[in-house]
Amino acid sequence: MRRLTFGAFLTAGLLVCLALVFFVSPRASGSPDGLSKVAIDKGLDAHERPSAMADGPTAGYAVEGVDHEGLSTGLAGAIGVAATFALGFGLLAVLRRRTGGTDGRTGAVAHPAAEI
Amino acid sequence: MHIPDGFIDAPVSVGAGVVAAGGLAVSLRRASGSLEDRGAPLAGLVAAFVFAVQMLNFPVASGTSGHLLGGVLAAVLVGPWVGSLCVSVVLVVQALLFADGGLSALGLNIVNMALVGAFVGYGAFLLVRLVLPRTPAGVTAASAVAAGVSVVLASLVFTAEYASGGTAGASVGTVAAAMISVHVLIGIGEGVITGLTVAAVLAVRPDLVYGARGLAPRFSGLAPVAATSGERG
Repeated sequence: MRRLTFGAFLTAGLLVCLALVFFVSPRASGSPDGLSKVAIDKGLDAHERPSAMADGPTAGYAVEGVDHEGLSTGLAGAIGVAATFALGFGLLAVLRRRTGGTDGRTGAVAHPAAEI
Repeated sequence: MHIPDGFIDAPVSVGAGVVAAGGLAVSLRRASGSLEDRGAPLAGLVAAFVFAVQMLNFPVASGTSGHLLGGVLAAVLVGPWVGSLCVSVVLVVQALLFADGGLSALGLNIVNMALVGAFVGYGAFLLVRLVLPRTPAGVTAASAVAAGVSVVLASLVFTAEYASGGTAGASVGTVAAAMISVHVLIGIGEGVITGLTVAAVLAVRPDLVYGARGLAPRFSGLAPVAATSGERG
């Protein structure tokens, strides 16, 4: 079997992420997660305050103005996938540019965007 | 597992914030020393994948769900330093865009999910690997076991945070018992998802799995010939 190229791997990975948030996430369990359930059962949430971001346009994994629940969840997920990818990529690209990477070659200054 | 605002008092939240900042500073320093060309896009993909899978809550008991935390998964794929940064990116985006996890609790959540998973969980992965065959299946099994353990550890760390700065009246013993019992079940899901994902990446690009470094060349995807011709592939 021929190995996937890195570009193909990256593309396939991102498509998997988008497929998960669009097609699987709307069908995910709506029950509270372990911590939330314990909090409800044992009253740990007595002094809970709503997040300062609770009025944001994508708060609660729902996009404001999109009435279809599944689509709203999927779109929120796609926004999150794009944001986490960009932030993860950007953070490490900046880090690499600042330090020049460590592949041992002088002058091998990183230009991550050109390497994809 | 995302702590909202108000569960834990301000001093403990701030203390966790200091621990989180210190841990991430070490990660930034160490990650910058090991970055390859593909490191940045790979980190983006790992963050995006952990985010996506965290949206997939699976049922674990009556009226309770769990979701991937992803610290061990990220650490096995891209190493503990970059991995802890990836999970932290996810937690920051969740808190800011989706109001998932309180802003004042961001430090607590980074400690519990990013640092415990990527550091302690990765340590567990290395320990389990010692007793397993040095094969892709061994790496997969070690990542699954460590991932499950990391979730229970995260629930213990939460309990410690509650014991130090919980704002509610429930006894620490009650909270510990409830947290551990449900997170043993969630840990099984964490182990399954982590194992499946690591196995899938090992099948197509074993050279991209940080935790599989040191496997025999026939398993690592870096046979001597391919190592020179296919490095950029």
